[in-house]
Amino acid sequence: MTSPAPITEPRETPKPDPAAVPALSIDGVSHSYGPRRALIDVSFNVKPASFTALLGLNGAGKSTLFSLITRLFGIQTGRVGIFGHDVSRTPGEALRLLGVVFQPRTLDLDLSLTQNLLYHAALHGISRREAAARSAELLARIGLADRAGSKVRDLSGGQMRRLEIARALLHRPRLLLLDEPTVGLDVKARADIISHVRQLVTEQGIGVLWATHLFDEIMAGDDLVVLHQGKVLAQGPMSRVITEAGAQDVNTAFMRLTGAQIMPGGGA
Amino acid sequence: MSSITTRDAPRGFSAGEYMTCLTGIVWREGLRFLHQRERFVSALVRPLVWLLIFAAGFRQVLGISIIPPYETYILYEVFIAPGLMAMIQLFNGMQSSLSMVYDREMGNMRTLLVSPLPRGFLLFCKLLAGTAVSLLQVYAFLIIAWFWDITPPPIGYLTVLPALILSGLMLGSLGMLISSGIKQLENFAGVMNFVIFPMFFASSALYPLWRVQEGSPYLYYVCEANPFTHAVELIRFALYGQVNWISLAVVGACTIVFMIGAIFAYDPSRGLARRGPAGGEG
Repeated sequence: MTSPAPITEPRETPKPDPAAVPALSIDGVSHSYGPRRALIDVSFNVKPASFTALLGLNGAGKSTLFSLITRLFGIQTGRVGIFGHDVSRTPGEALRLLGVVFQPRTLDLDLSLTQNLLYHAALHGISRREAAARSAELLARIGLADRAGSKVRDLSGGQMRRLEIARALLHRPRLLLLDEPTVGLDVKARADIISHVRQLVTEQGIGVLWATHLFDEIMAGDDLVVLHQGKVLAQGPMSRVITEAGAQDVNTAFMRLTGAQIMPGGGA
Repeated sequence: MSSITTRDAPRGFSAGEYMTCLTGIVWREGLRFLHQRERFVSALVRPLVWLLIFAAGFRQVLGISIIPPYETYILYEVFIAPGLMAMIQLFNGMQSSLSMVYDREMGNMRTLLVSPLPRGFLLFCKLLAGTAVSLLQVYAFLIIAWFWDITPPPIGYLTVLPALILSGLMLGSLGMLISSGIKQLENFAGVMNFVIFPMFFASSALYPLWRVQEGSPYLYYVCEANPFTHAVELIRFALYGQVNWISLAVVGACTIVFMIGAIFAYDPSRGLARRGPAGGEG
């Protein structure tokens, strides 16, 4: 449906540059647990329709950052914006545009796939009929339509993850956060999840922030944010981060930046 | 619609969206309850043990004089029935608090709290859902108790409903307040010892307070100050179609205080923030 241009608004209002409003903007965020500083002046953006990998070892502060973006913890210093909506000041508008897949499983194991999705839809105020239609559509897309009525408990790890991603998409967010979503999955399930999420970026224009410590999940063309001991050490397109570190690949770049020992097998 | 990358004007949430959210949370709580049949059975067995065994043994020991709202001499079983109804709600309230800790550990609490609706409203829905479950348990108990000659006037079954809703909310929000301070699942044993038992025994659930006063004036004051006593009395009077205004005032005020406390405790910038990351830091 097209609506007529509002009369009060001058026509020459410049159209915002699509890149001008970042999907996610982290601006000077610091966070401490008592004396321990978990994040120190962290700033970076996630562009709409982009895949940004948040790369860091365990304990780098990735989960803290996710807790701040999802408003689980209050922001002590700095600002977090989702498509320009401040997470602290207008949490409702910000969270509405956000889908999250947390690292620990957050499904009701004794409820069916559909019931899990309907519950999540209700939390977003989506009416029952609309929710049922969207659930069926998403279950079909992740290839679990025939399992709609089974208990989540009976799914494999990879299927649960796919369901969690589907659930995160139910309210049609424009920014998707995933906290180490492939942990504990086999090679095939990992590949499925990664290609599914990359498809969301290219086909639906969703901005993705993907936290990981597995270098082989990153591709040329991704944006990279290297987080180490609570600080951002490097950020930008992957190729630039590698060049600036004077390295040939992500592994070496990460090692040079952090001084970390890289374990064989692509992980850190 | 504007271009997808522009910042939309805040549109808030409609009454329909609030309603959908509320029914969704209650519906999930109900489903979970149905899946935990042991929980339902134990919620029923506990008060029935008190009613069928304890009261039968105790009735000869403790004579009950005629006190409001009763108009005749009553059996001890009749006297403790309202206390047992409140006990069901006390356990349910604390168990909901347990489930919130469990939820937090399992991450379900995270799912709830990233809903864009106001957090206070989400927690209120959670409380209502817990209360609804406790109503199912209490009415199931009343049905069984009817066969044991606990026969309040028929209208009492209706007039007790608002009292049960209020007391359920009070005990639920107390549980929620406590749950915000619990980090580990195992601490529920502590809740049993330090909250449930003292609240239950230092109340008018098992004995009329004038009896307590005869024994120990100090304990009497403790009982009088115990919000659980007033939950019991509110239910007791309502079951006979009467209102105990003092208890109503106390239960109402406590509900508000506990609920504000719980919402405050789950505020991201205060309660949860201080305790560091839930689960693994990565």
